[in-house]
Amino acid sequence: MLVNEAWLREWVNPAVDTDTLVKQLTMAGLEVDGVEPAAPAFTGVVVGQVIGCEPHPDADKLRVCQVTNGTDTAQVVCGASNVREGLKIPFAQVGAVLPGDFKIKKAKLRGVESFGMLCGASELGLEDLIDGLMELPDDAPVGTDVRDYLTLDDAIIEVDLTPNRADCLSVRGIAREVGVMNQSPLTELAISKVAPAIDDTLTIKLADSAACPRYLGRVIKGVNVSAATPLWMVERLRRAGLRTIDPIVDVTNYVLLELGQPLHAFDLARLNGGITVRQANAGEKLLTLDDQALTLRDDTLVIADDSDALALAGVMGGKPSSVTADTRDIFLECAFFSPLAIAGKARSYGLHTDSSHRFERGVDPQLQNDAIERATALILEIAGGQPGPVSEALDEAQLPAQAEIDLHADHIEGLLGMRLPAEQVEDILGRLGMEVSTQESGQAWTVLAPSWRFDMAIEPDLIEELARIYGYEKLPSRVPAGSPSGESVGEHQVAVRRLADTLIDRGYLEAITYSFVEPGLLKQVEPRVEPLPLLNPISTDLGAMRTTLLAGLFSTARHNLNRQAERLRLFETGLRFVPGKQGLTQTPMLAGLLFGSAQPQNWEGKRPVDFFDLKGDVEALLQLSEPGAFAFEAGEHPALHPGQTAALKRNGHLVGHLGRIHPRLAAELDLPANLYAFELELAPLQQGVLPQFAGVSDQPRMRRDLAFVVADDVPAGELIAAVHAACDERLTGVRIFDIYQGDSIGENRKSLALGLTFQDRSRTLKDQEVNDLVDAVVSQLKQQFNAALRD
Amino acid sequence: MENLNALVDAALAEVEQAGDIRALDDVRVKYLGKKGEISALMKGLGKLSAEERPKAGAVINDGKQKVQDAIATRKSALEEAALAEQLASETVDVTLPGRGEMPGNLHPVNRMRRRIEDFFLRLGFDIAEGPEVEDDFHNFEALNIPSHHPARAMHDTFYFGDGRLLRTHTSPVQVRVMKEGKPPFRIIAPGRVYRCDSDLTHTPMFHQVEGLLVDKGVTFADLRGTVAEFLRFIFEVEDLPVRFRPSYFPFTEPSAEVDVGCVSCGGEGCRVCSHTGWIEIMGCGMVHPKVLEHGGVDASEYTGFAFGMGIERITMLRYGVNDLRLFFENDTRFLSQFS
Repeated sequence: MLVNEAWLREWVNPAVDTDTLVKQLTMAGLEVDGVEPAAPAFTGVVVGQVIGCEPHPDADKLRVCQVTNGTDTAQVVCGASNVREGLKIPFAQVGAVLPGDFKIKKAKLRGVESFGMLCGASELGLEDLIDGLMELPDDAPVGTDVRDYLTLDDAIIEVDLTPNRADCLSVRGIAREVGVMNQSPLTELAISKVAPAIDDTLTIKLADSAACPRYLGRVIKGVNVSAATPLWMVERLRRAGLRTIDPIVDVTNYVLLELGQPLHAFDLARLNGGITVRQANAGEKLLTLDDQALTLRDDTLVIADDSDALALAGVMGGKPSSVTADTRDIFLECAFFSPLAIAGKARSYGLHTDSSHRFERGVDPQLQNDAIERATALILEIAGGQPGPVSEALDEAQLPAQAEIDLHADHIEGLLGMRLPAEQVEDILGRLGMEVSTQESGQAWTVLAPSWRFDMAIEPDLIEELARIYGYEKLPSRVPAGSPSGESVGEHQVAVRRLADTLIDRGYLEAITYSFVEPGLLKQVEPRVEPLPLLNPISTDLGAMRTTLLAGLFSTARHNLNRQAERLRLFETGLRFVPGKQGLTQTPMLAGLLFGSAQPQNWEGKRPVDFFDLKGDVEALLQLSEPGAFAFEAGEHPALHPGQTAALKRNGHLVGHLGRIHPRLAAELDLPANLYAFELELAPLQQGVLPQFAGVSDQPRMRRDLAFVVADDVPAGELIAAVHAACDERLTGVRIFDIYQGDSIGENRKSLALGLTFQDRSRTLKDQEVNDLVDAVVSQLKQQFNAALRD
Repeated sequence: MENLNALVDAALAEVEQAGDIRALDDVRVKYLGKKGEISALMKGLGKLSAEERPKAGAVINDGKQKVQDAIATRKSALEEAALAEQLASETVDVTLPGRGEMPGNLHPVNRMRRRIEDFFLRLGFDIAEGPEVEDDFHNFEALNIPSHHPARAMHDTFYFGDGRLLRTHTSPVQVRVMKEGKPPFRIIAPGRVYRCDSDLTHTPMFHQVEGLLVDKGVTFADLRGTVAEFLRFIFEVEDLPVRFRPSYFPFTEPSAEVDVGCVSCGGEGCRVCSHTGWIEIMGCGMVHPKVLEHGGVDASEYTGFAFGMGIERITMLRYGVNDLRLFFENDTRFLSQFS
């Protein structure tokens, strides 16, 4: 909300400067976002009056004027169309400096000397209401500095109010806060009832008094809609961010800014019968003031006459019943709508107005009578007219009651960590307009909140008020005592950060990609899963929740490859979102991507990464967990190369996949074909084991190297498993130290050279024992894979 | 004996000429070996008389020793030379880069997240997590934000159209933790959150850390102390100005915004702090009794505080990142600057 300081100081004027005032507001919870001057800097401009006005001898559009500043008369050449004798205008004299450092000097225009300049509003940094010169009122004192006359040395303070402080959505509301903080009295408006001059009234019916418990209306006949809104009011509206429209709308806006009560005026001639405040009929039409043709839902409160909906209650008036240049008689309304009846309605129709903003958050339910009288008085003052009596429809029981809350000294201390003296409690609450009655001296009170503090509901609300006015900065501060909650992480658990660090130490950078991605990309990478679409995505390319982290990593790879990256090692952790029959599964995943040379480019030449670099990185992760529990098998994944994909399983349960990107997908995504990726569930990787010492054997190890020739589709992993199966625990290690394929062993055959290590824990193995074990291996492999020992 | 002198001279000359260890050994064998020429002289001693023999023997031994000494000297010289040659041949250009992989690094946001976690782990907080696709109850209702509450307008929420939504803050984890356990609670909940907003200073996904401490006798003073300590730890400024301002969150009462003295200009006023000298860093407050109730905690027995902060903002301030959107472009030229 924009508050102009001069207006505020009419209400409350503590002896503090603007900076202090701004800081006070911020520290009271009314955060100031910025302070702007009411007008840019300029000097040397006074109220002048045109006392002579002749045509320019050599220019049709120019006039030669005699302008007085009250003491001297100066000749000024002026081109404005509205310049005329008698007019009072801002007069920039020779030596004046206008906004933009524009210096006014003596000049000659088409041969005629000119001493100064007559100004339009925009030349002073104000809003142009009309074309041409700014016309000052007839009673403007000639010679007065325009800055003083228009109180332009004023600050516009932008206050960012939290939704609970709707009571501060007015000058009066902010003034109350300033008064409380400075212990300064408020200069309240003297609002008196305007005596009716005529008897005209409209009947008012509240069809839903829970939504609208109070509705006031008044007929005013014979208003002059073409009367000029006084400059002071135009300026105050402008400084609050509102434009002048006509005197009726200006007054309702002015009272809204002043008191916080939205009002609306209808053209009486356009109303048919009485007023009913009711829920709209489904499908009912309403053309709003801003020319939107709305089709209403039946959950929408409207103001209606006997035939049509006239206005969206608390939001916006309708076009057909609005005040126009032809309006003579008006019906002024002023109501209290329940916040629940208004909340969300404006937004649901794509609207947001000053009125809906206030009614959604709450308006003082006791404000309506004052507001309609204040508005009536202002309308009569500016536009004339004959007021009728105020008609009020009221369902008192539905009006929000003032909150009555019990307050205990112990609870204050329990929440704030300090005991506030009873006098201070009573003083602060009293300043806030609360009625405090003592239940138990110094210990307990009953507090009645004023009608405008409808945000007060429970005791902590009062305690916050005490803390706020006492000053948060003066409250105590301590580091909490007490013991840790003690839910320790099991030692066998592998922390995600440990897994991340392992990848980092192997050269990976961590990426964080959006959890929502383009649905089309998901379809390409993981066509087996239908992703969860967002109802209101920020854009279509962020339209669905990711079913795989690979989508984001592939996009990241492309982003970087398009920017000359030659080598990529990236990983990400985060949730994968997979819809299913049992509902949505949100699974923490770890995914990585590998591309480029196996080592950073060096002077030794480079080898591109292949599947086994990828697998080595995954194996390093498994090493942190329980390596023996995991197995790699040839696997399938739609995003990955069918011949270079492994499924990782833990005790038979799928953990994830790793492999080379499928060449078709690589082509579709404009990615290189030699890109490798993995995606694994995190939970199985985080299950480690507690180490168990197994003793150290001093017995000598015996190694036998054997080369077996098998069909080339025999997986090495199965061969090694078979070797283990053929031996007992005396076999302590199997390593593949060579793989050979070539003519000498025949087509579709390969030779795997295995190094077997044997050791007994308690004694030296005899040659014969080792030979027996080797024989067992040979015969097992022959039987299982038709493996032959290579010569 | 002239023969001996001639042999010794010849041997010494050959020792001097021997170019390598092997040639030197050949010289040794030739003169001092079992069948060597000087050794042969010893065999001739038998022909001499018993008186002459010792004297002649000593002379021969003398010559032999000379040759042996020369060989030893020469040998060590040759070994030195060979070693020097070996060393010269094994010299590498130590200025060439080393071999192998250099470590990568965490994403800057997670780097900061770890630092935040480390502080609270030391204070005995546990790390809790919750779902990112949330329901209306946990994200709003249980946090005292009923439908149509104006505070909902502050959260531009992503919906799925079936009541589910993407959590707009990490606060729902508070409720889940309370519902699942028994007080006291000391947790932080870091993670991804989502708001339907995208411009220069907003990304539709970002990270928050939620904190919750519920116990008997917890007051606003504990909140102030914890937050102040935390901020001083994060920014490593011993006397960092920390300011609590009244604010409003539906799920805390009293509520506060926390500002720190601008870490960029030291409070003088600069672009980073919009010339105010202060930077808004987090929101916090005492847990609203209704939230405790939704969590199944007896509000007459327990009180608590909660806080929430955006990790990106702190990361930007700490590492001087000037554009929020860089965090999610994942350009390696950006990512690799946080090792």
